[in-house]
Amino acid sequence: MKWRSGLIQEWATSTGNYLWSGWGSLASLCLFMAIWTLTAQGFGPLILPTPLEALSTLARLFQAGEAGPEILITARRALAGFGLSVAVGSLLGLAAGVSLTASMMARPIITVLVGMPPIAWLILALLWFGAGDGTPIFTVFIACFPIIFVGAMQGTRTLDGQLKEVAQMFGLSTWMKLTDVYLPHVVSYLFPAWIAALGMSWKIVVMAELLSTEDGIGAALAVSRSHLDTAASMAWIVALVGTLLAIEYLLLEPLKRKVESWRTL
Amino acid sequence: MTAGQLRISGLNHRFGYQRVLENIELTVKANEAVAIVGPSGCGKTTLLNLAAGLLTPWEGRIANGFARPAMMFQQPRLLPWKRTLDNIAFGLKAQGVATEQRNAEATRLALKMGLTGEDLDKFPNALSGGMQSRAALARAFVVQPDLLLLDEAFSALDIGLKSELYALLAAERAEHGSAVLMITHDLMEAIRLADRILVMAGTPGRIVAEHSIATPLAERDEAWVFHHTAKFIRWPDIRTAFGLPTP
Repeated sequence: MKWRSGLIQEWATSTGNYLWSGWGSLASLCLFMAIWTLTAQGFGPLILPTPLEALSTLARLFQAGEAGPEILITARRALAGFGLSVAVGSLLGLAAGVSLTASMMARPIITVLVGMPPIAWLILALLWFGAGDGTPIFTVFIACFPIIFVGAMQGTRTLDGQLKEVAQMFGLSTWMKLTDVYLPHVVSYLFPAWIAALGMSWKIVVMAELLSTEDGIGAALAVSRSHLDTAASMAWIVALVGTLLAIEYLLLEPLKRKVESWRTL
Repeated sequence: MTAGQLRISGLNHRFGYQRVLENIELTVKANEAVAIVGPSGCGKTTLLNLAAGLLTPWEGRIANGFARPAMMFQQPRLLPWKRTLDNIAFGLKAQGVATEQRNAEATRLALKMGLTGEDLDKFPNALSGGMQSRAALARAFVVQPDLLLLDEAFSALDIGLKSELYALLAAERAEHGSAVLMITHDLMEAIRLADRILVMAGTPGRIVAEHSIATPLAERDEAWVFHHTAKFIRWPDIRTAFGLPTP
């Protein structure tokens, strides 16, 4: 129990420090809000509601018990697809990076996967999985996979040959090679890829929901659009971006700084 | 393969069509220190990498009967994401020694070699070059190697640190009786440390002369080393190998 409370404390302090150092970003956020408000006042609430209107609509949605479950559903789908592509993409990318042949063979396939628009995958997923969780999860997975795969592969390929010789000289087991030599290096390629893929997954999941499901933020957006309810649409968008920011800055960033602490010293 | 002996016979090596080593015959016995000197680019490092098993020979036989070889490279090559202590204990970890025991052993050796407890807690890039070299040497020593391969391990260091590390190497050898195969382009270093010096000449790399030194390590003081080096450098074999004008 002791180490766990220590871990929580460490997380709280490092996250606190990080957020405290974020006054600059807070200032730019305020500037953004000001411009939003000005624009909204110029165009009127039907075209663009002010940030305050959007936030109060969101608060109302929370109070009515509508927002919470929808956000959870969307988050579940996005994270499921993201988690799947993190697991599969990282592993396959590592494996492909170890072998020159595999990485050469993977290159054209990855180019095709990156070039394929998510909307095309979405159409295929609709045909394969129908309406339900399968479609958004698959679309998120297939869109995130190449980003993570390439990150893991590049990381593995760029490991210093001199360190590989050290590993060979000490007769490292495969497991130790992986955990003590490859992974610490690859992680600095993986994290940016994971963060990019996370952002991607949030955009894709809403698109998929908008076109294929009855629930989730995307479906809620479709409903508010059909009611011409701009304030509710804005509220849902704020909820979406807010969850993404929370996951990135409260979870991935502290994790990244912990794992990469050797770089900053 | 004879236990406690490294034997290289009839070794030829090439990179592509380029011949880098030709007909190398070399034996390192237990407890013996062999130095290979030669100009840059004559294939010394390739020979050492072959002896270490990091390269596969193109032709010939390399039989390494030593059980625990360790290698120190020209650069410290510490893992940047591991604290210095974990770097030093790395070889022990690879052998499966338990965490507490390997940390204790690594700490004891590191303190003996002039690192401080504070250094051990730092990441390598926060250490000075000299401290990194000490850590690299400690990492090689901690596994108590019976064969130590040194790839110009001391060439980038200042003379004070060099002589300190020479003394540490001598002490470690006296304690555990490890054999040493070192390559260097520094004649003085070879004369100070080696029992036997092999002279290599380049393109393709081959051994052109051999010179044994009977004086025990402890009796080789600075004056002796200078005197002996001066004598050594007048040898015609050495002069041709390094491309010096022959008188």
